[in-house]
This record gives sequence, C-alpha cells and structure tokens, in this order.
Amino acid sequence: MENIKNIQSAKIKNGKASLFAGRFISYFFLVLLVLLCILPFYILIINCTRSNAEIQKGFSFVFGNQFITNWKSLRSDDQLPIIKAIRNSLFISGATAIITTYFSSMTAHAINTYRFKFRKAAYIFILIIMMIPPQVSSSGFIRYVFKFNLENTYYPLILPAIASPVVFFFIKQYMESVLPHDLIEAARIDGASEFRTFHQMVLPIIMPAIAVQLIFAFVSSWNNFYMPSLIIETATKRTIPLLINELRSGSPETFDLGKVYMLMTFAIVPILAVYLVLSRFIIRGVTLGSVKG
Amino acid sequence: MILEIENKNKTFLDADKTVDNKKKRKHFSYSKWGYLFLIPFFVAFFLFTFLPLISTFYYSFFEYYSVGLDEVGPNFVKFENYKQVIFESQFFKYLGNTIIIWLLGFIPQIIISLLLAVLFTDTRLKLKFTGFFKSIIYMPNLVMASAFGMLFLTIFSTSGPIANILIRLNITKHFDYSTSIWMTRGLIASMNLLMWFGNTTILLMAGVMGIDISLFEAARIDGANSWKIFFKITMPLLRPIFLFVLLTSMIGGIQLFDIPQVFTRGMGNPNLTSKTVIMYLAQVLGTSKNYGAAGAASVMLFFITVVLSLVLFVFTYKKDISTKHKGRKA
Amino acid sequence: MKKRLPVLLLALVMVFSISIAAFGCDKVESMDAVSGGKVLRIRCWNDEFQSRFRSFYPDVNSEKSGEGVDYLTDGTKIEWVIVANQNNAYQIALDTALKAQDEKKREDRVDMFLIEADYASKYVDSEYSLDIKKDVGLTDNLLKDQYEYTQTIVTDKNNKLKATSWQAAPGLYAYRRDIAKEVFETDDPDVIQEKVSDWVKFEETAATMKENGYYMLSGFDDSFRVFSNNMTGKWVKDDNKTINEDAAINNWIKQTKDFSEKGYNNGTTLWDENWQKGQGPEGKVFGYFYSTWGINFTLLGNSLADKNKPEEEGNGLYGKWAVCPGPQAYYWGGTWLCAAAGTDNVTLIRDIMYHLTCNKDTMKAITADVKIQDFTNNKAAMAELAVGYESAFLGGQNHIQMFLEAADKIDMSNISPYDQGCNEKIQGAMADYFKGTISLDKAWANFYTNIKETYPQLQKAS
Repeated sequence: MENIKNIQSAKIKNGKASLFAGRFISYFFLVLLVLLCILPFYILIINCTRSNAEIQKGFSFVFGNQFITNWKSLRSDDQLPIIKAIRNSLFISGATAIITTYFSSMTAHAINTYRFKFRKAAYIFILIIMMIPPQVSSSGFIRYVFKFNLENTYYPLILPAIASPVVFFFIKQYMESVLPHDLIEAARIDGASEFRTFHQMVLPIIMPAIAVQLIFAFVSSWNNFYMPSLIIETATKRTIPLLINELRSGSPETFDLGKVYMLMTFAIVPILAVYLVLSRFIIRGVTLGSVKG
Repeated sequence: MILEIENKNKTFLDADKTVDNKKKRKHFSYSKWGYLFLIPFFVAFFLFTFLPLISTFYYSFFEYYSVGLDEVGPNFVKFENYKQVIFESQFFKYLGNTIIIWLLGFIPQIIISLLLAVLFTDTRLKLKFTGFFKSIIYMPNLVMASAFGMLFLTIFSTSGPIANILIRLNITKHFDYSTSIWMTRGLIASMNLLMWFGNTTILLMAGVMGIDISLFEAARIDGANSWKIFFKITMPLLRPIFLFVLLTSMIGGIQLFDIPQVFTRGMGNPNLTSKTVIMYLAQVLGTSKNYGAAGAASVMLFFITVVLSLVLFVFTYKKDISTKHKGRKA
Repeated sequence: MKKRLPVLLLALVMVFSISIAAFGCDKVESMDAVSGGKVLRIRCWNDEFQSRFRSFYPDVNSEKSGEGVDYLTDGTKIEWVIVANQNNAYQIALDTALKAQDEKKREDRVDMFLIEADYASKYVDSEYSLDIKKDVGLTDNLLKDQYEYTQTIVTDKNNKLKATSWQAAPGLYAYRRDIAKEVFETDDPDVIQEKVSDWVKFEETAATMKENGYYMLSGFDDSFRVFSNNMTGKWVKDDNKTINEDAAINNWIKQTKDFSEKGYNNGTTLWDENWQKGQGPEGKVFGYFYSTWGINFTLLGNSLADKNKPEEEGNGLYGKWAVCPGPQAYYWGGTWLCAAAGTDNVTLIRDIMYHLTCNKDTMKAITADVKIQDFTNNKAAMAELAVGYESAFLGGQNHIQMFLEAADKIDMSNISPYDQGCNEKIQGAMADYFKGTISLDKAWANFYTNIKETYPQLQKAS
C-alpha cells in the first residue's frame, strides 16, 4: 500500500513539475511572439513622432518629438479628406464583410445540407475557382467596370464579395464538423421553413466561423489598394489606402514621411477596434453554442 | 430537366458513413432549396469573375498587347504564347522561387500555429491571459503588406539595428541581405509568417474549439499524455479545417506579391531569385498589357495550382487512413 | 415549384442580357475639341499641380475650393482625379479612361492630364493628346521663352508639340564646401568645376577623394541620369524592335563598377537610408547629382542637424553645400500638361496653359515663392530672378544663374517611348553586378529577361 501511495505521489509530483516546465516554456514562447508582433506597431508609432528627414535617415528605438507637428500637418492639410476616407473605408469594408459572410454561409449551407444532383460538381467547381489568382481576372474586370459606367461607384468593390470561394470553403468545413443533421430534421418536423431554419438555427451555430471570416474580410477589404485605385475618382470618395499612397508619392516640397506614418497609425485604430470587439464575440459564441458530435 | 431528384436514400453529410436511421421517406423534395441558396453565389461569380476569366483564357491564344496606347492584335497565334512562357521566359524559375519562399515561411508557420492552437485550448496547461495573447498575435495582419515591407527595409538595412548588432558582435563586417539569395528569401518568408501566423492560429483554434471537450477528458482519464491526445484525437478531428488552412495557405503563397514587390523594389533581386510568379504576371500585364502572355501564364498557373491542391488533399487524408490502421491495432 | 425554377433562371438571364445591351449602347459623341464645358476634369498623381493652380491661376474662386474640386469665378468646376503612382496605377487608370473617351458624354471625359518625361512619348505620340499649337491655340510667340529641352521631350514624330510644362529641372553637381576646402584648399565653384569638367577628370578627382577618406558619389544610380540624358542614340532603334546598348550606358556601367570596386562610392541605391544619411552632417560623400527641387528640398532637409532649430548657418551642413555644372548637362524631373482629345474645355485649357507655362510674371512668382522655388520654364523670368540672387543654403551662391546656363545645354533629342522601362530595368539589373553578386553577362541577361516581360516586342541586337 505504502509503495503504491509513494509511486502515486511521485507521479503527481512529476506531473506537477512537468506541468510547471510546460507552462514556463509556453509563456516564454508566447511572450517572444508577442514582442515580435508588437514590433511593427511600435515602429509605426515611433515614426509618427519623428520628422521626415529623421525617418528617411533610418531606424530609431527612441521616440522623437514631432508628434504634435505631424498631427497638426495632417489635420491642416485640406487636400486630405481623412474623416471622409475613414467613413468610406468603414462602409466599404463593413458591407463587404457582411455580404461575403452572409452569402458564403448560404452557399455553404446549400452544399452541406442539401442533396441534389449537381451538388458534388458545384462543390468542386467552387473549389476550382478558388485556385484562380485574382490578378488574372482583374484586368478584364476593370474594362467591364468602365464599359458599364460603374467607375467611381462602390458597387464593383462590394458586390463581387458575394462570390467568395475562400470564405465559403472555410464555413463549409466548419459546418461539416459542427452541424448535426438531426437538428435540421427536427426543425423540419416542427414545421419550420427552410429559410427560417437557415437564419434562425444554422447561422447562430456557425457564429464562430462567421465572426472569424468577418474580421478577415473586413481587414482585407480595408487594406485593399489596387482595385479602389483604379476605380475611385472623386477625392471625397477615396479610401484610406488611397490617401496613404497619395501622400507617399507627393511632390518634393511637401513630401513628409512623418505625416504618412501619422496617417497610417491613425488609420489602424478603427480596424483595431473592430477586431477587438469581434474577437471577444468569437470566444463568447463558442462557449455558448456547445456542440454535440 | 435538372430538377428530377431521387429522394430515396437521403443523407446530409458526405463524411457520415453510418446508415441513416430515419427510413421515413419525405414526399416533397428539399433539393430545390439547395439550388435556390446557390443562386446568389453563381450569379455574382458569373458576372464578376467568370466573364473576365473567359476573356483571359480566350486571349491566351492570341497575340495581344499594347505599344504605348495602340493595341497590337488580337491575332490568333494558337500556342505561341504558351511556347514563349514555357520555354523562353523564366516562368518556371519564378514558380520555383515562389514555392521555395512559401515553404520557407509556411512550415514554421503551421508548426507555430498548431502549437499555439493547442496551447490555448489545452485543458491541463490552463494558460492565463490567453485572450490577450490571442488578440496580439493577429495584429500584424492588420498592417498593410506594403507598410510591412517598408518597416522591414528599415530594420534590415545596411545601417539598421540588425546590422549594427551583427557588426558589434563581430559576426560580420558589412551586412547586406541583398547580396544573399537565401537571406532575402528568408526575410520575405519571415514577413509572410509574421503577417499570417495569427490568422492561421485563429482558424485552427476555431477548429479545435469545435471538438467536444469530453473527448479530451475521456482521454486524460485513460492516461493519455498531451502528445498522444494531439496526434490521435485533435489532429484527426481537425482534418477539415487543417485541409482548409493548408490549401488556402498554398494558394495564398503562390499569389505572393505585395511583400516581395516592396521589399526588393520590384526587381526580385539578387539575380531574380526572389521574383515571384505573380510579380512576373504583374509586370507582363503592367506596361504593355500583354493579355496574350498573361493569359497563357495564368492558365498554366491555374493548372499547377490544381495539381498542387490535389497533392495536398491526398497528403492530408492519407494520414487519416494510416492512423485508422494504428488505432485498430492498439 | 419544380417547374418554376428553370423559368426563373431564364428570366434572370434575359434581364441580364438586356441590361448589358442597354448599358453598352452609349451614343458616341464626336471627338472634336470644343469649348464651353462646365466641368474641367484633370488627372494627376499627386496634388502638386493642384496647389500651383490654386495659388497662381487668376480666376480661381478660392472660397469655394474644396477637397478635390475648385471653382472658377465664372462657375466652372475643376475636378481633380488623383491616382497615386503605386504599381503603375496612375497610367493604367489614365489609359483606361482615355480609351473610353469616345464612349463617354462630353462632360464625363478627361480634359487634361499630367505626364512625366520618362513615359512622355507614349502619350505624345498617341492621338489622345492635342496639338498645343494647332488645337489648343498657343502661338510660337507665347512659347518662345520655354527651354528647348522641355519642348523636345514632348514633340511627336511629326514635329507637333503635344504638351507643355511650367517647370524646368536642370541638374548640377552639388558638393561639400568643407570637404573641398580640406582636400583642395578651396571651395570655389570654378575651381571645383575644373576638376569635374569631364568624366576623365571626374574619375581622377574620385581617386583623390578616396585617398582622403571620402566618397565621390553615394551609390550606383547617382550618375545614371547624367549618362542616360547624353546617350549617343535612342534606347530602341527606329524599327521599334532592336535595343541599342548605347555607349553612354556602357560607360556608366564601367565607371560605376570601377567606383564600386575601388571604394569611390558608398554602395547605396537612390533614396535608401544611407543615400539620405550621406547628405547630412555624418556623411562622407563629396557630392550628389541633384536638380532644382532636389537641392531646394531634399538636400536641404537632409543637411540639417536639428530640424527644430531654424534653417541657418550652424545647423548641420546648412551653408556648406555648393553647386557646379558637372561633367555633362542633364535634367531630373518635371511634369508636363497635356490636353486630352475630345475635351469640351479648349479655351479654358489654353488659358491655364498660358498663365502657368508661358506667362513670365506668373512663372517668376512661382519661383520666387519661398515655399515652392520651382525653377520655371521661362528664360526671361529666370534671367530676371538670377540677377544678384544669393542662396543662403548654398553659402550665398547664385545657383539660379547656373541653372540657366545648364538648362540651355540639355539635349534630349534621343528619347524613345521605352525609356521608362529601360532606365528602370538597367539600373535594377546592374545593381547585382556592382555588388559583385553576378557577372556582367548575367546582369545583361537579366536585363533582357525583364525587358522582354515589359515590352514583348523588343529584342536584343543580333
């Protein structure tokens, strides 16, 4: 008896020791990663406190003293509709994110839950679309935009998000491992329409996946430069990346990297806010929607 | 027409191989809802992607480019463009560069992300502050790729902080990453890793969280240690999400453009070893709008991506078969 | 319900096709240049011209100036469409807009657009830019005071002038007075000019600098323009196919490789950190090739030790730089204005172009404005300004006079439509060679690879 107790307590002690070691290594590793992740932001903030000449000449760990100057020069530049640009970016990115997750969920629901003749073919077809590099269709797309007089509108930037194979694929995979068909059957027996089933039952269950893709879609649309640069013409309709790049290609007498970095920092704040809000939602959503295999 | 539906042996999930207990036959079909729910996607796809794509494919058989603002062609030239891209251009060299850089970044990335996903959800370790960590690791993804490239240019420049440290430690007299093929590639891969590993971790976490906790608890009671749990329970159940991460990362890796473009100032130096295949495509489409060559290169890239995806698909599900064997033997 | 779905789909397809047809059928209006339009649409890549326009065009109603729009006193609206130059986006958007010009109603068309010298031929030789003299209406008499090279660059194959500029950007060699005093015991520009008056002397001086611990140039690309603006022939022969490996380019390659191996340069690339740092107090570079705006802003900014203190003697290298003409005449920079074919604002465009690119007093005011200091494209105005001019930054030197003389010597008769790509790619390809990573043959091979991707119809001379 004694021996067994000794062995057991030794095991527990060993277990505790290895747990402690495990925790220590984990925290160390995590802190290292966190430092690496914060580094770009740190440099961003440092640079918005320095003057153009200082930034051009190189790197610095230390704060400068040009914060107020850069801020003032950014605000007083009446060629830069910053607030409007943030509003525009918020609108485009928000609309894109919501549209893409909503319709991708719908498409995933179609492929996942219903059995119809071309279902496998449709699934494979969508996967194949995913493998086409977007640059391939972009030049043709631009020509169509101008042909149908859709330039300088937001439609070409938002509507294509309806068909997003990557978002679809993720939600489909998630649905596959999470959604029990019994629930759908049960809802049908209860007399719910397919539409209601989708909106009131399926969507809530896959919320974590939706929240994740919402963030990704929002951020990717926010940082998108290429397509908006070719489509948007009026100054007040521009988005943040357009403003940033316009500042970067400024004329020599007004070229000011301090201002550029100030704008970049200022522009990250909204996405940071959106991200922090949504990320809590992911965690909450997961603990609420417990799933049975 | 296409709406003739067989209702007899309906199962909803492909992966579910158990026989459906419900023998009740539904007398009205739900399948039309499948079609209905697909309509928005396919209409949008047709309008916004398919039509431009067809023109890309179509023009790959034509000589069609611009000299200044005038257009040459379209003149039908059959396979000339393909010949030019395959045999005369450096397309395959660029493809090689792209895949190498992708692998350099992705292999560490997936290891780190898997590790993190498991660390955050491990019931025994019970790490604190996971919410904080999770928020931070995604943050690099918020920064524009071009800004990332600019920042790294500053850090790794010949008179930047890294260079100073290396010189002070007497490791080297003069630090210039642009003279080293592998250093340039490595830096690009690292930038990619830093930008996307948070993304990957979150995706994998979403997958891990979908696994029933009781499975873990049962395994622990049975005496399994963390490694066993990881390989026998977590990984197999993570399979669908893992495949997603693998595939999308590869597709994203093949499309690597922003970071190397900014970091090597569009040249892909040294000696064109960091020029990716999309940098090539952008150059071909850029000044001379060479739809012929771009079309041919795009079509080839597409087929290559499909082949690579199949490889990855088989790779992921092959493990499934082998672990099943092991499971049965144990 | 089963049967209704195909009908639904069919209806959708029909609606779609009809709407395409409806949208696609724009009445094509004529492309003649007319006047009287209410909106003037200008395409550019930054706000430089916009600020010149606002400050110096007489009819601007400044109270109504807004973000990206201006109004004239007669109510005409000026719309600025700004597309930054990242990844060639400006030209791509401009080309798409120009090609769609005839499908658009007059008020939606592009009326003016800006171009740079490196790709000027592309637009100048096309039918999308108007003849400045015949169509826009500026007379020879009005244009006579412009520097010749600014007109040569934008004259097409049939000798028509297709654009006009308010700027001239002649280049000089800026050198450090203190280093000159240390090495040559004098900083007198005439004496220094003697030492760099041709490339042979330039190289000798470089050796002297090295002996004293200084670099003659900062990096690989610094002298490129001086060579490329003095090529013996065009980049691409008139058959529009064969690339010409010009003697000037080869000289640049040879000299730069020589300098790099002997340590006469600091191994930098244009605009990178060390290139900027070399212009400041810690720098050990004797001189930089710089043109008008570069000296007034970039060099000045980099030369200060403390940005917060006033710009005056004692603050870093302020007052310690001087300029001399250098081994050859060249230019760097400049923006040209084009009138788009099919515009409905010809008279207004003529007036804008007159005031900003021909009118002596306006142009003199632009240069005199301390915040701008553009060297303007008007010989008479610059001559007036040059009288007794002293630049505090350059230690009291009259650099305007030097610009005057340099501008007259610039000869740009050898430009080609392929200059932008060729200049970029040759510098990029040779960088590896200068660093010693690859051989000269490999560098040329890489150059041709890149050129083939950029301009598919070009090929190497056999």
